[in-house]
Amino acid sequence: MIECKIKIHLDGFILDANFSIPDRDITVVFGASGSGKTTLLRAIAGLEKSDDGYLKVGDSVWQNGKNFLATHKRQIGYVFQDAALFEHLDVKGNLGYVIKRTTGLKEDFIESIFNLLDIKALLNRTTSQLSGGERQRVAIARALLTHPKILLLDEPLSALDLKRKNEILPYLDSIHNDLEIPILYVTHSHDEMSRLADHLLLIEDGNIMGNGPVNDMLTRLDMPLSHGGDAVSIIEAKVMGHDTEFNLMHLEFSGGQFVVPDNDLPVQTKVRVRVAARDVSLTKSKQVDTSILNIFPAIVQEMVTEGEAQVMVRLEIKETILLACITRKSSSKLGLEKGKEVFVQVKSVAILS
Amino acid sequence: MLNELDFSAVIVTIKLALVSTAILILIGTPIAWWLSQTKFKFKAVFEAIIALPLILPPTVLGFYLLITLGSNGPIGKLLESLGGSSIAFTFSGLVVGSVIYSMPFVVQPLQNSFNSVGRVPLEVAATLGASKIDRFFSVAVPLARSGFITATVLGFAHTVGEFGVVLMMGGNIPGETGVLSIAIYDHVEAMEYGQAHLLAGGLLATSFLMLIFVYIINRHFSIMRSKD
Repeated sequence: MIECKIKIHLDGFILDANFSIPDRDITVVFGASGSGKTTLLRAIAGLEKSDDGYLKVGDSVWQNGKNFLATHKRQIGYVFQDAALFEHLDVKGNLGYVIKRTTGLKEDFIESIFNLLDIKALLNRTTSQLSGGERQRVAIARALLTHPKILLLDEPLSALDLKRKNEILPYLDSIHNDLEIPILYVTHSHDEMSRLADHLLLIEDGNIMGNGPVNDMLTRLDMPLSHGGDAVSIIEAKVMGHDTEFNLMHLEFSGGQFVVPDNDLPVQTKVRVRVAARDVSLTKSKQVDTSILNIFPAIVQEMVTEGEAQVMVRLEIKETILLACITRKSSSKLGLEKGKEVFVQVKSVAILS
Repeated sequence: MLNELDFSAVIVTIKLALVSTAILILIGTPIAWWLSQTKFKFKAVFEAIIALPLILPPTVLGFYLLITLGSNGPIGKLLESLGGSSIAFTFSGLVVGSVIYSMPFVVQPLQNSFNSVGRVPLEVAATLGASKIDRFFSVAVPLARSGFITATVLGFAHTVGEFGVVLMMGGNIPGETGVLSIAIYDHVEAMEYGQAHLLAGGLLATSFLMLIFVYIINRHFSIMRSKD
């Protein structure tokens, strides 16, 4: 567990963060600009000081009351927004800077980090010879070489264009899969959040508004993310097979199978899919003469009105939770209420990984 | 060519400038670092004290130094009570005067370049396990290298060119406190314009070359920075 209870006053702004999150997987700290995400990350790194508080990461206590462990004594990997490589050192020098200062670093660990981020080809370059994506890769490798108990990433993709972003994302996946390091990832991008988060920490005006598994946070109707045009559900699935005749792919999730256009992912690959609430419609009986392929029986769990004309419906397809945004008129026509059995029709499914 | 007296003036001047510059870098670096990092309310007071020699007539500075360091002054008395002697009219006295007189020329470029390093590289170093003192030497100093070069050259050149302070508290003792700028003055007083030309021209050329060096170095570093 990562336990955090800190309060930080910066001129005119107060961050009051009291939460605990699992010390594995990726926790995305999500909120608008100025909500205190970066301040929270800096506080965990010890770059902002809470006069009183408690911070424990795994089995290390970094703050207990007034006892505050300085940044350089915390086992953290911190990746700054714009990579922040040392300009007076080349790539090798930047990485050597950490290697020199980390005790007990094994040669094969260094090797594995270099391989993980494909660093070897960059070693003899100066920092000005790197592209934005390469700079960020070196920065991530440099942070991992501290052998951190937690990896803190402060909007690491925000300075990159879409192409470079997609270049870096697979590396973050490998870190997630290969290293047992919890990752705290700060972003205000809905796309990055839904692509990466296992766990979500919602922050607003310096306060923690929500904390839990990502699909919970996205679909709980008392949470802000389940409202508005951006409302989505995230479902973990696995590739089951390919339909070569129609070039389709079958994805199994705990609730049924999605049929989506084939993108040649091998069978058994784990994928994460995103379904927008506005792409989900409901019917009383199972439609047969329809173009929609993805139809599942579901139970209405909860519903709230969304503005004047719409209703957000939270549905259960076996163990999977899905949001549907429909009009108030349709809801009344279908006689929707809690516990009602319906069929959901999913118009489109986005594969995130 | 240079006579023996002029030659000794050149040697004393170079020696004075070298010793003073070394001391200036040693003292000026921590002062500049502190000024660049502190959020202390009365920082401006310290900056003003450091900058005073820029606008004060050197004779004023020399006068007060003479009074403080002389055998009747507080520091002079202290030195004598410790078994030493007053350092007015000695080479050490000149060094003390030069260090104070040239301090702003060393502290200001250093402070500026420490400021332009910014806090991010230092924070990065902290997250990578570098202690405060380690961060200073491994990040702040190399990133502020153009400031060090400027500070060294300006400190050196300014010490070579000082006149008023030396006049007040040096005493022009050949081989001890007789420096170039005084030697030029003496030559002019004695109507030896040829000798004066030789020394003045040499000083002019050297100072000019040193400044060109400073500007080239700074241009080089700013080009390197803008490439990133």
